[in-house]
Amino acid sequence: MKKLMLGNAAVAQGAFEAGVNLVSSYPGTPSTEITENIVKYPEIFVEWAPNEKVAAEVAIGASIAGGRAMSCCKHVGLNVMADPVFTVSYIGANGGLVFAVADDPGMHSSQNEQDSRHYAKASKTMMLEPSDSMECKEFTKQAFALSEQFDIPVFVRLTTRVSHSQSLVEICERENVPVKDYVKDVSKNVMMPANAIKRHVYVEERHQKLVTYAENCNLNTVEDNGSKIGVICAGIDYQYAKEALLDKVNYLKLAMVYPLPEKLIKDFASKCDKVYVIEELDPFIEEHCKALGVNVIGKEAFTMLGEYTPEMIAKAVLNEDGKERVELSAPIPARPPVLCPGCPHRATFYVLKKLGLTVSGDIGCYTLGAIAPLDSVDTTICMGASVSAAHGMAKVRGEQFNKKLVSVIGDSTFIHSGITGLIDIVYNKGANTVIILDNSITGMTGHQDNPTTGKTIRGELTKQVNLITLCKSVGVDRVVVCDPFDVKQFEKVVREETNADEPSVIIAQRPCALLKSVKYEGKCVITDKCRKCKLCMKLGCPAISVDKDGVVKIDASQCNGCGLCIGVCPFSAIEKE
Amino acid sequence: MSTKNIMIVGVGGQGTLLASRILGNCVIKEGYDVKVSEVHGMSQRGGSVVTYLKYGDKVYSPIVGKGEADIILAFEELEALRAMPYLKKGGKIIVNTQQINPMPVIVGKADYPTNILSTLSIAGDVVALDALSLAKQSGNMKAVNVVLIGVLAKSSGIAYEKWIDTIKTTVPEKFLEVNLKAFDAGYNI
Repeated sequence: MKKLMLGNAAVAQGAFEAGVNLVSSYPGTPSTEITENIVKYPEIFVEWAPNEKVAAEVAIGASIAGGRAMSCCKHVGLNVMADPVFTVSYIGANGGLVFAVADDPGMHSSQNEQDSRHYAKASKTMMLEPSDSMECKEFTKQAFALSEQFDIPVFVRLTTRVSHSQSLVEICERENVPVKDYVKDVSKNVMMPANAIKRHVYVEERHQKLVTYAENCNLNTVEDNGSKIGVICAGIDYQYAKEALLDKVNYLKLAMVYPLPEKLIKDFASKCDKVYVIEELDPFIEEHCKALGVNVIGKEAFTMLGEYTPEMIAKAVLNEDGKERVELSAPIPARPPVLCPGCPHRATFYVLKKLGLTVSGDIGCYTLGAIAPLDSVDTTICMGASVSAAHGMAKVRGEQFNKKLVSVIGDSTFIHSGITGLIDIVYNKGANTVIILDNSITGMTGHQDNPTTGKTIRGELTKQVNLITLCKSVGVDRVVVCDPFDVKQFEKVVREETNADEPSVIIAQRPCALLKSVKYEGKCVITDKCRKCKLCMKLGCPAISVDKDGVVKIDASQCNGCGLCIGVCPFSAIEKE
Repeated sequence: MSTKNIMIVGVGGQGTLLASRILGNCVIKEGYDVKVSEVHGMSQRGGSVVTYLKYGDKVYSPIVGKGEADIILAFEELEALRAMPYLKKGGKIIVNTQQINPMPVIVGKADYPTNILSTLSIAGDVVALDALSLAKQSGNMKAVNVVLIGVLAKSSGIAYEKWIDTIKTTVPEKFLEVNLKAFDAGYNI
């Protein structure tokens, strides 16, 4: 049976067919749907972990105990899980151990454009890269088998266009893979120096075996079209190249992007006059070829930035121009993402901007608080950094600066890595104010449950982390809960807490407007009491705009009736219809 | 068959994903190779969203390049204009005449372009309709996506019944009646 499947869903299907026992992940675009799709299979234990490091360690434990296990993350999530990954390379795998990591060329939903292939090289592991959904499924299955065959964790590397494209997948039955025996093996599983020194020898020997495997395995394929031009590529770039160049060139399609073969590349190149390496992001394959002494054309013809297109490849390799088209004669307004109508964060940022505070920001929907007219966020670095970076800011700029400084961090992000920063503030005598934007869900990645929601990934009720007692237990005595839609009260609370000479936490509590349980009655309308003061425009609500005559209007198709504007209007000119 | 390229463009939250799923599930029944490229994550939050759908004997790239789209299904006028360079010579652009102001327009840093439909007609055949009103008449403002799928279905060469079957298997049961009405509203314009 063939099914149209998202690349991410196909990775989940591959893991299912490979008999995976456990999947633990933290959500992150574009990887989230892998783990969400695992939920479809009742045979598999699946969970959202508090962060990627925990998720990877859960999977590693499951593998050591003899089960097949997987952990999935986005490229920056791999930074968080890197610590256990480098050492489990030494330990290896008892049950097959797979890490699925999704890069985001073009940064559709990310804060950087890092290339995860470097991690496979740096950790001396193995990495496969599929180019469509069918390969997502097949390579994931292969990854489990290879993991056990070579006693190694195996990466499956995806990119946004593979993760988020649907193509046809042949569905198979689940393999019956019994959980392997667990045998205590200190020399393999306890990585203290005496044992690790010996395991490093093993890792280097294993690497040589993998190189030999890369030369001969049926994963890497040569497509000889009798051309004098050769193209070496992997992943989505293969699909782009095929579309652009068809059978006008020869292809070396690398399914295994680490370790890379040597003889295979040399032999392929020797039959061509010109060889191109086509790869988004870093010159990873190109540098390998050049180190082998193979003269390839890479980044001198292609960019390091963003996503590639077939048109770009046709131009670079065949000097063909793109298709005829009618271009725009003048620039048109951009449409950047915005906080949704009814978003609880809008009220928070409205107040923070009004008070002129410096805002140490974090990763989530609320990063959009950086955009006009709210434009209140000063910094965004990585998950959790809002709290710890603000501590650093306060320590170098002093007390007065700190009284005009807040951190903003979502509930899930706070659990992920904000709590450690808060402990640092308390321990090292900081007096920061941290605002936890508690919208009762992990928002940006599409509504995943987390330890503060009281539900598991399967929707089962579980213990709920209480943010108030959590913050108090680490030594924060001032913890205030406030609904940001009560704008006046919220403003008062922010003023009081930023003025305090000790650490404080404000839990800004209101659920995400997109949650099914959130229903606001009616739509907001502007009445003739409007004096065109445009204060409501400062909310940056996508439903409110001003026409050419200065008349303020609310677009009923956009308004969700949250009523925030009603509370902000000084003339009571906005009412519910 | 040579590959058919369809682009679905709109504003995050307008339901472009469901439209592409219905379309994808329908053409798969015709036995074609299909690829659909979607947008998830931050861009979904009220930003420009683009979905590509390609089908034919063999599809390689999941994305549609400039000058390659046979059909553009636009959920909003400004997004139709943004997608115009992707239209193939002689291609068709189906436009919902709804206008949603982007933030640069709301904050007064840019003007919403005027005469979009006549600009589009230079690039290809324009089919313009008020899908929002048709969706409201069908019982739910959010059914704009299925109204537009109805318009596209009419000239797709795929039988009406196959579209109906696909909607039945793609849309949740409780929204089915509204969506079938919305589909007919688009199909019969």
